[in-house]
Amino acid sequence: MRANGFKLGVQSAAFTLALCGVGQAADAGKGPISRQSIESKAEYCLICHGASGQGFRGYFTMPRLAGQQPQYIENQLHAFKEGRRVNPIMQNVVTAVSPGMIRPLADYLRGLNAPPHGGGPTEGAALGKRIFETGLPDANIPACAVCHGPDARGTRQIPRLAGQLYWYVTKTLTNFGRERGQRGEDSSGIMAPVARNLSPAQISAVAAYVSSLK
Amino acid sequence: MNRFALHLAALAITLASTGPLRAEDDLPIRNCTFCHGVSGQGFMVAPRIAGQRPQYIENQLKSFMAHVRDNPYARKYMHNASANLTPDLITGFSQYFAAQAPRPADDGDKALVATGRDIFENGIPSQNVVACVVCHGPNAEGVRHIPRLGGLSYIYVKRQLDQWNEGYRQAAHPMPKVAKFLSPQEIDALASYLSYVE
Repeated sequence: MRANGFKLGVQSAAFTLALCGVGQAADAGKGPISRQSIESKAEYCLICHGASGQGFRGYFTMPRLAGQQPQYIENQLHAFKEGRRVNPIMQNVVTAVSPGMIRPLADYLRGLNAPPHGGGPTEGAALGKRIFETGLPDANIPACAVCHGPDARGTRQIPRLAGQLYWYVTKTLTNFGRERGQRGEDSSGIMAPVARNLSPAQISAVAAYVSSLK
Repeated sequence: MNRFALHLAALAITLASTGPLRAEDDLPIRNCTFCHGVSGQGFMVAPRIAGQRPQYIENQLKSFMAHVRDNPYARKYMHNASANLTPDLITGFSQYFAAQAPRPADDGDKALVATGRDIFENGIPSQNVVACVVCHGPNAEGVRHIPRLGGLSYIYVKRQLDQWNEGYRQAAHPMPKVAKFLSPQEIDALASYLSYVE
């Protein structure tokens, strides 16, 4: 009887611990994340990133998040947290995104389906399409489509580029090695040499092309 | 000459004038400076318009005309003041006042400046307050249609943030959503900081 009682005690303690574990995985011990708290955090994101996640051009350009690959969002939020991706604003913002919130938030943003923001220059889009589809073998530039997909919608950790803002794409490709992959290698390293080998005119062309894609 | 003929004459003169409107001759800036101060630096409830982004001034004038900007002083003064604006006058006023050098109002609480600056630059992530700097720029100088806030009077900035929370100016996305996470003390701090920004 006593032995049984002890066993029951151990079991219920283990069960309680297991429950705590689940809670911590979800949201730092506060239980699973409610739809409401996901939506309120998403609303916070969309104040800057555009009401439908289509991106917004303020003094700085806030990238499109609508339809982005969840794995990519997740990786970027971790990269901001760990200082691998340098951005004073986002490094500050992620302090209020709990580990358990990251995946549901990424899934929420994936579900947004806004039309492209547009408004950027369109000249060079034909060259951009060519670079995107076939690359520039002489400059050692592979076709973007190989990784980002023929429709530029990305896959898993490779980001969607379709509908991304012209100004964001140009800034990202121009500063790639200074913003990403800091403090040790991560998967962004694969883009650094590609970005380095593109001329400003080629970067602008690729940005003009992908920013127009739905 | 009856009234109709006078109007017709005025219309004819307006139509006959060509080229950009200039303050010295055909841009009646006194209609603006009467309330906004001699060089557009703001006076009492009328905000400073000197140095404001031309695209912002233009959008606001159109918004007053369309009665979309609906806060109390806008309704009381600017709906009427903007009622007869022509596209040329809108462009003329916007370019003219944007080109005037702005001076800071310096009317906030100095003790709150550090807090206000912190909110402006970093937001308050734990409260869903976004950093103002991402849209309004490092020196609150604004860009394109996004207004310059640096040096606007404490009283004006505070009133705008309060009025978003009271349900006015809801078309000014995303500001109603930004303001709703700010406490009265934080609004005080932001408005104080901005009033000193050169």
